[in-house]
Amino acid sequence: MFDSNIANNIVDLIQYINKIPLPMLGVGGGVEVRETVDLVELLKFTGAFLLGISAIFGMGLAFAAKKFSVKEDPRVDQVSDVLAHAHCGACGFPGCRQYAEQVVLNPDVKPTLCTPGGAATAEAVARITGKVMEQTEPKIARVFCQGGCSKSSRRFKYEGVKECRAAIIASGGDKACIYGCLGYGSCSKACPFDAITMSEENLPVIDPVKCTACGVCAQTCPINVIEILPTAKEVLVSCHSKDKGPVAKKHCQTACIACGICVKVCPYNAPKIENFLSTIDLDKCKVCGLCTKKCPTNAILDYIPKRPKAFVTDKCIGCHMCAKVCPVNAASGELKKLHVIDQEKCIGCGICASKCPKVAITGTFNYPEVLKVYEEKKAARAKAKEEAKAKEETPSS
Amino acid sequence: MDFTKLFELVVSSALINNFVFTMFLGLCIFFGVSKKMETAVGMSITFLMVMVVSAALSWVVYQFIMVPLDLTFLKIIIFIGVVAAFVQSADTIMKKVSPSLYYKLGVYLALITTNCIIIAVPLKNAGEHYNFFESIAFALGSGIGFGLALIIMASIREKLEVADVPAPFRGLPISFIIAGLIALAFTGFSGLITL
Repeated sequence: MFDSNIANNIVDLIQYINKIPLPMLGVGGGVEVRETVDLVELLKFTGAFLLGISAIFGMGLAFAAKKFSVKEDPRVDQVSDVLAHAHCGACGFPGCRQYAEQVVLNPDVKPTLCTPGGAATAEAVARITGKVMEQTEPKIARVFCQGGCSKSSRRFKYEGVKECRAAIIASGGDKACIYGCLGYGSCSKACPFDAITMSEENLPVIDPVKCTACGVCAQTCPINVIEILPTAKEVLVSCHSKDKGPVAKKHCQTACIACGICVKVCPYNAPKIENFLSTIDLDKCKVCGLCTKKCPTNAILDYIPKRPKAFVTDKCIGCHMCAKVCPVNAASGELKKLHVIDQEKCIGCGICASKCPKVAITGTFNYPEVLKVYEEKKAARAKAKEEAKAKEETPSS
Repeated sequence: MDFTKLFELVVSSALINNFVFTMFLGLCIFFGVSKKMETAVGMSITFLMVMVVSAALSWVVYQFIMVPLDLTFLKIIIFIGVVAAFVQSADTIMKKVSPSLYYKLGVYLALITTNCIIIAVPLKNAGEHYNFFESIAFALGSGIGFGLALIIMASIREKLEVADVPAPFRGLPISFIIAGLIALAFTGFSGLITL
């Protein structure tokens, strides 16, 4: 038979192997060197031992898993899955796991705290935990200093460790302006998302795509020159200097000297001067950017890279409103006739677009917003009209 | 029981025959978690605990099962199994008994399971015919030695973060150089005790 032949062969093979001296097998730990090893016995023991020990381990682990199982809210895992897992600490908890636990178990913890995850994460967390999500405005880190090495002066030559937090110990930093960025890049090293690079001027440049507004840089900066602000507010006085005008000017070419021109020029009364520093009220500011053009030291920064210019569409009824509000006299035209905007003069501030009663001016950065407001108003008006109509009809019928 | 022998074992395994600096074992963890002091301390504590307990467990398994059955050649596989089973159950139990400790050390526990130092200790115990107390003393010393290495390295690397290192040496290269220098310094301990 074929099968018994193979079996015989195997028996022969084992007998043959048994005759081979294996002097070094299993030696050590109290086991002496032997002439031969009984392979069949050895294999039997090995099998029994391996099976036995794995059964013991398996049972032990199963027992531990059963006995010491921790009842966890399944929502914690779900929340943990949707978080950004940057472990940046922006939520105020040591890690993502802890935030996931707290947001599920503690009714006071808001679902919107994971800033790196953004709106999508907040929405998912709110859905899982059943909490009401408040609308969150996207935010970004802004640097409040433009005084790079070529524009600002230094009090002494600092040759210590290249680290802002170390430099500040050396009598408050080497920069003449004590409110300005020291430029040793602590923020750039601290950023968990690599969103901050140092420019040639030794100033931090924030990548708006990578920045998640986690606030680690703002916490790291020893002079608080970085602030976390709404992304939509793109016109800011990029200076923190509370020095008097002449002193600030001496220290830095682009410092705010509190001349008050921005206050005069602003159509919305957003800038305010306090402690020799102009600050823009973000609630009032409409991001028109007029002040950036007029500021004598260029301390006000416009974060909109290129402002598209306004132009008039056929909807114009010739009310002359745009010509009245335009701060640079770019709009012109006769009453009840189509108006024109001089593309040379237009600075893209968007004031005319927001004032036009017929939304006839497009092309400006704020046009979508203006259109939205207009549509909302229109809808509200239509609704009010309908309601009034319904009211009129009820008593008559 | 000879206490001097035990003390000598602890000192020799911690300083003279330090696993990291004289045998160059466990380098992955040594370079991996020595960036921050906090993680280095957490790792050393976890390492010490796992090392001592797994050494004791594997000694029992080795002396009472494997030697009588002539299965000493299986020691590598069995010790890996013992360590893995112990670490896994420790992980489960710790999660229940002390969640705060679990959050501190749980991350490192999973990393330890198949680490080369952890497996080297029971293997060495088996090879050197240590008795139970000697095995534990050896494991304790090795754990202390590894913790010492990790903490020394972490404290140096934290300072290194702000140092002006030449560009080609930044990051791991300078760490390797430092590890080499520390190893050189540790050779000074040789001859402290003659076993």
